[in-house]
Amino acid sequence: MTFLFYLPLILVYAVFAIYAERKIAAFIQDRLGPMEVGRYGLLQTVADLLKLLQKEDIIPAAADRFMFRVAPFLIFVSIFVGFSVLPVSASMAGSGASTGLYFLLAFVSLDVLGMLFAGWGSNNKYALYGAMRSVAQIVSYEIPLSLSVLSVIVLSQSLDLQEISFQQSIWSDQKSYLLGISALGEVSSWGGFFTWNIIRLPILVPVFVIYFIASLAESNRAPFDLAEAESELIGGFHTEYSGFRWALIMLAEYGMMLLVSILAAILFLGSWNSPLPNIGTVKLAEWTNGSIGTWTSYAWGSFWLLSKAFLLIFVQMWVRWTYPRLRVDQLMNLCWKYLTPAALLLLLLSAVWVLSWV
Amino acid sequence: MSDMITIAFYLFAGLSIISGIFMIFTKNILYAAFALMFCFLSLAGIYVLLGADFVAITQLLVYVGGVLVLLIFGVMLTVRVEGKSLQTGSHLKWGGALIGILWIGILVQLILQVDWTAVMTDQPIEASVNSIGKLLLSKYVIVFELAGLLLLIGLVGAAYIAGAKIRTK
Repeated sequence: MTFLFYLPLILVYAVFAIYAERKIAAFIQDRLGPMEVGRYGLLQTVADLLKLLQKEDIIPAAADRFMFRVAPFLIFVSIFVGFSVLPVSASMAGSGASTGLYFLLAFVSLDVLGMLFAGWGSNNKYALYGAMRSVAQIVSYEIPLSLSVLSVIVLSQSLDLQEISFQQSIWSDQKSYLLGISALGEVSSWGGFFTWNIIRLPILVPVFVIYFIASLAESNRAPFDLAEAESELIGGFHTEYSGFRWALIMLAEYGMMLLVSILAAILFLGSWNSPLPNIGTVKLAEWTNGSIGTWTSYAWGSFWLLSKAFLLIFVQMWVRWTYPRLRVDQLMNLCWKYLTPAALLLLLLSAVWVLSWV
Repeated sequence: MSDMITIAFYLFAGLSIISGIFMIFTKNILYAAFALMFCFLSLAGIYVLLGADFVAITQLLVYVGGVLVLLIFGVMLTVRVEGKSLQTGSHLKWGGALIGILWIGILVQLILQVDWTAVMTDQPIEASVNSIGKLLLSKYVIVFELAGLLLLIGLVGAAYIAGAKIRTK
């Protein structure tokens, strides 16, 4: 059922995310275009979308026609399948239940194949180099990403995303302690940000930073956009694409940003739960979460989940337009010499923490 | 419900057979890899139908996300950069046919030997992650650790071989 929620969401969101990206870029780098078309530049992306949809679908003469055509669909589908396990609110869980998180990580890694086919099928040096870079990058950064997700699983003891969400809510059966130390007292009934995973187990703060960096690399975003690197590779694996297929690749990129951001919100930032805690008789958490089964929980749940995700997407765009791109060797150094050992150490520490204090 | 499962099973089984045959007969290595991906995906579908969701996802993660990507990556790094065409031929036809026929014989014999009525149960499909996790760290812990050690040795060996050029410089 969440399919009916996420498919329209991703389509509408992509249009506005691209608009937001351009506005943020324009504010940071004083660009003029997105400020002009229509009121406040609102119509710029809509105009571009209309342009893209009526463009000719150009297939290079020397390209492998079959692979060239199939690749964008492969990229988009593998990312969209990831959405199927995401919950929306307390009353609306995704499918896949008990292995949801594992399923998501497995499918997200499949978009690499689509990129390889796109780069190969284009029969173009730049496209091929872009594809090879993106694969090396995504395969490497999957390791710190999975390790940081594993640190959360140590605390939640479940791969079910809806279960992980419920643990961070005021309806949780599991007890939560202030800053993850049982001696400081129980906060299960406070709700709000006190029961978010990142506060329930404060060692998840550096883990969240590692997750965020790795997720930037997974979605091929600057400073990790070596696969596209428009200044050296002219767009990398999608150099040869135009029109609808190019739009699909863009949709997949923005979909991936949304997917990793929603996942970050679910794993670290309290999922669909309100950040406002109950304070004495002022039951802010209960008022802003709705009651399970009624429309209030749908509305509040999706509102909080999406606001957290969009905030993270804003940070992704902010990072993109602020930091320069990494070199290939720096990229690999960062992953293998810093992020992976740090993630391993943090996994060990969080396991020790959960065993001794929680 | 069981009809749906039967239809889905034949769909996945058919897909895996067709893509397997295509993989063997195509001359283009990349198309073979593409067919291999469909083969793996439909096998994962069959695992899901058998109630082994963990095995299905592991199949995707390890074979499609790992092995297949490395395979294509290797082909791309070695061939297209040098500008040669990507064709495969067939060698050792008679030996291959002999081994293939032997395998089919063994499999058919196994299929005939198994008592299928004992295997078929109407147990509801339930999550296998928790029980697999507990078994791996209790009953099969030595095997599990040995497999991990083997992978570690492979990793160290790969790093050693890859570093050989740098060391000679």
